[in-house]
Amino acid sequence: MCDTCGCNITDANQHLIDKDGKHAITKDGHEAIEVLQNLLHENNHRAAHNREHFDKHAVLAINLMSSPGSGKTALLEATIDALKDNNDLSIAVIEGDLETENDAQRIRDKNIPAIQITTGSACHLDAYMVHDALHELPLEGLDIVFIENVGNLVCPASFDLGHHLNVTLLSVTEGDDKPAKYPVMFRASNLNLITKSDLLPYLDDFSVDKAEENIRNLANPAPIFELSAKNTDGIEQWINWLKHQLKHYREHLAQGETVLPSMQQDGQKLHSAHSHA
Amino acid sequence: MHELSICQSIIEQVTQVAQQNNALSVSRIIIDIGPLSGVEAPLLEHAFPIASAGTIAQDAILETQILPIKVRCNLCHNENEASMNKLLCSACGTWQTTLISGDEMLLRTVELENHHSDKEEEINHV
Repeated sequence: MCDTCGCNITDANQHLIDKDGKHAITKDGHEAIEVLQNLLHENNHRAAHNREHFDKHAVLAINLMSSPGSGKTALLEATIDALKDNNDLSIAVIEGDLETENDAQRIRDKNIPAIQITTGSACHLDAYMVHDALHELPLEGLDIVFIENVGNLVCPASFDLGHHLNVTLLSVTEGDDKPAKYPVMFRASNLNLITKSDLLPYLDDFSVDKAEENIRNLANPAPIFELSAKNTDGIEQWINWLKHQLKHYREHLAQGETVLPSMQQDGQKLHSAHSHA
Repeated sequence: MHELSICQSIIEQVTQVAQQNNALSVSRIIIDIGPLSGVEAPLLEHAFPIASAGTIAQDAILETQILPIKVRCNLCHNENEASMNKLLCSACGTWQTTLISGDEMLLRTVELENHHSDKEEEINHV
């Protein structure tokens, strides 16, 4: 029988093709199985598990991403200081770096629980690493867990950690064209923070408007805040955003829903739906 | 760097499919990659032999299909191809669009070598 045109598929054997995924026989006699699964299926499965764990405790998980040195840890320190005055947000931090406990220590020095993940040579956190960190981090009584990803504008964008929101930092010394150069990262942000804004008067080549245009060109409607961890300009707006997001997240939980980070697999769902049609 | 971990993930999934179907080996793996997935197909193809060595997929060919970047306009509903960092509507020029293709990283098809399997016998005999 002919293996190429499908005339060997009859009512009698159709079930074999339909049963577990689409079987077909290629020209050279191989069995072809259509899988249509994300390449990071295992990671995404673990990420979903992490998200359930956060949701069980109603803890909002925020993935902080940026280049190295754009001020992620400084932002967290300024956030902790700002929250000292009002005790209505309880936070913890998971730190990701290739080596050292330095960043976690900076957070612990401010009496906030911090778990350090050292990735060795891995350029990003993944859902497995965050899962291990969660074993060491009791979530009871917390409102927000910040996951400070490895400083890198490329790889972290591809890995779901089980978090709810992506916050991407762009420091003014990096240049306003970073979003155009690293579209995968900046497309996925739920909030963009333009950090080290206190340096803006000294730089004649960083335009906040230009940075915004480059972010909008990625079809990203997320808000853009200017912020300085040093002189605390913009910190209040950031804290208000956090409180608003926490409220929004818990309202979703009350409806039996979770919150997924911006762009997470939306496109993929569409494509899969098309492929099955 | 992360292309190697993606290859390892591919091998894990392919091994499962091969075992479920009693395959002797895997001859071809077809994946769909969109430019906005953050995965570089040439790096993946270079990393693949390292990840597949000693597995059921060690002789498999990794074939990559690069899918186009396409957006649908949220305002005028036009659909058009776009570039990596300009996901704009070509009809009305707005940035308020939705990506409908271009961020895929999908394991599409696995081709198996299993001449002795009952399943294939059954299909060929009908």
